[in-house]
Amino acid sequence: MAALISKEGAGPNALSRELHSTPPFAEVHSCLRGVSKVYPERAGNPALHALGPIDLDLKKGEFFAVVGPSGCGKSTLLEVLAGLSNVTEGTVTFEGNAITGRVPDGVGVVFQEDASFPWLTVWDNLAFGLRRRGMDAGSIRSRVKDALALTGLSDFAKAYPAQLSGGMRQRVCIARTLVTEPRLILLDEPFGALDQQTRLLMGDEVLRLWRETGATILLITHALDEAAMLADRVGAMSSRPGRFLDVIETNWPKDRDSRIASAESFGRITGRLWSLLRNESRNAMGAAAGKLK
Amino acid sequence: MTRANLLQIAVFAALFGLLELGTQMGWISRFTIIPPSEMVTGAYNLFASGKIVPDFVSTMWSVIVASLLAIATGFVAGAMVHSLPQLRRTLDPFFASYYAVPIFAFYPLFIFIFGLTDIPKMIIAYFYAVVAMMINTMNGLDRMPAVYSKTARVLRMSGTAKTFWVTLPAAMPYVFTGVKLAIAYAFLGTIAAEFILSTSGLGHAISFAYLNFDNNGLYSNILIVLTLSVVLNMVLFYWERILLTRRGLA
Repeated sequence: MAALISKEGAGPNALSRELHSTPPFAEVHSCLRGVSKVYPERAGNPALHALGPIDLDLKKGEFFAVVGPSGCGKSTLLEVLAGLSNVTEGTVTFEGNAITGRVPDGVGVVFQEDASFPWLTVWDNLAFGLRRRGMDAGSIRSRVKDALALTGLSDFAKAYPAQLSGGMRQRVCIARTLVTEPRLILLDEPFGALDQQTRLLMGDEVLRLWRETGATILLITHALDEAAMLADRVGAMSSRPGRFLDVIETNWPKDRDSRIASAESFGRITGRLWSLLRNESRNAMGAAAGKLK
Repeated sequence: MTRANLLQIAVFAALFGLLELGTQMGWISRFTIIPPSEMVTGAYNLFASGKIVPDFVSTMWSVIVASLLAIATGFVAGAMVHSLPQLRRTLDPFFASYYAVPIFAFYPLFIFIFGLTDIPKMIIAYFYAVVAMMINTMNGLDRMPAVYSKTARVLRMSGTAKTFWVTLPAAMPYVFTGVKLAIAYAFLGTIAAEFILSTSGLGHAISFAYLNFDNNGLYSNILIVLTLSVVLNMVLFYWERILLTRRGLA
């Protein structure tokens, strides 16, 4: 198994330099430069500096995971990348174009919550976005059929989400994203509500889909093992305001699956991530406890 | 048919049978209540002779007009108030106490304005129904998961498309409860208004029979009103059941 490449001692500035020195062969797909997000004062609550300043280059076709303590701004980072939230400072680009308050074409998001529409069958859930785009019926049929096959949902096309398990509903959401053929897929803790075994199997499926679609994936997760198992690079974030403490390259082969968890270097990666995040998580817990007082 | 359904039918049949027996045997005075079999015959005769038809049409017309108006305006007003939190906070006490207001107190005023037509009872029925529709619309919109809005944005849908294809279907179970209540309140408002001063309708027919000591007419009309309301409710309950079962909420 390829050795872990760690950048010990690299602070945000060192990391920023490293990110800027992305090898020329790796095409930058999505890019954050000096991005900060501050939620303004509202209804008596003080302004909240949630994120940044942060720099990040997502390389085309890579699988990037983000881990960090609760409330560190992971989901804010995803929303900024998706165009669901505007930045306070800095720039966000996707395929060279600035993202300004609208989700760009080619970006798909899978949320932690069940976002399948309960009033539609699995088939109609998948076809929903394509119909809204005015795509012709033949193309919709072919795309939905492919996505159902790819996610193993072909036998459940006529079922309603309420008839499916939590894991299968999340698969519906993934398939609904895939059917739009996104080039950048953002996953916001999509397996957060699933049990450990299902999470591992879903992780395998996401890896397979990533290989088959060639899309760039950014995964937000609080599970260090999940990040270490799935990603090419794992960004560890500090407590709020979230900044990257370090980015760890896993150097896994592309055809990996969950069995990689038994590799010797897997333990080293998760150990390294935990050593980075332990104090940050304590800080975050302390802040939360202080808030309760 | 489930066991519970069979039990419900058995209880109903037993009560019906007891009442029939009690009235036929003279245990219960016929001046108090007539045998159910005579109510059924009387109701049938009212329809067969065509005597009830104008009253039936008048009541149904009022219920339909008031319900449709209440559903349409209640939904739009509910959606509007939902989108204006400041206005909603102002109106909340009004919604909370609305059904404590005796709307019937205004009936003479409506008659004064509109005369002895069908309009006053339609207005009463409308005011009974509209707030139930508004409250349930707001409730439905409140309960729409925020992730549906985000999904609509990711799918690059316009505001109108989102309202039509996401918000409305998501709120539908609660909106449907509003529809159900609006129809029930419109029915209640119409019948009650017909009791007071109206010159037509099933409520008026009951009141007229009561004032003329016509027990047969009184109970036959009551049976018609009860049957109508039960059938209406069963149809709406059936649709609601389908809607909720599909979403795993039943």
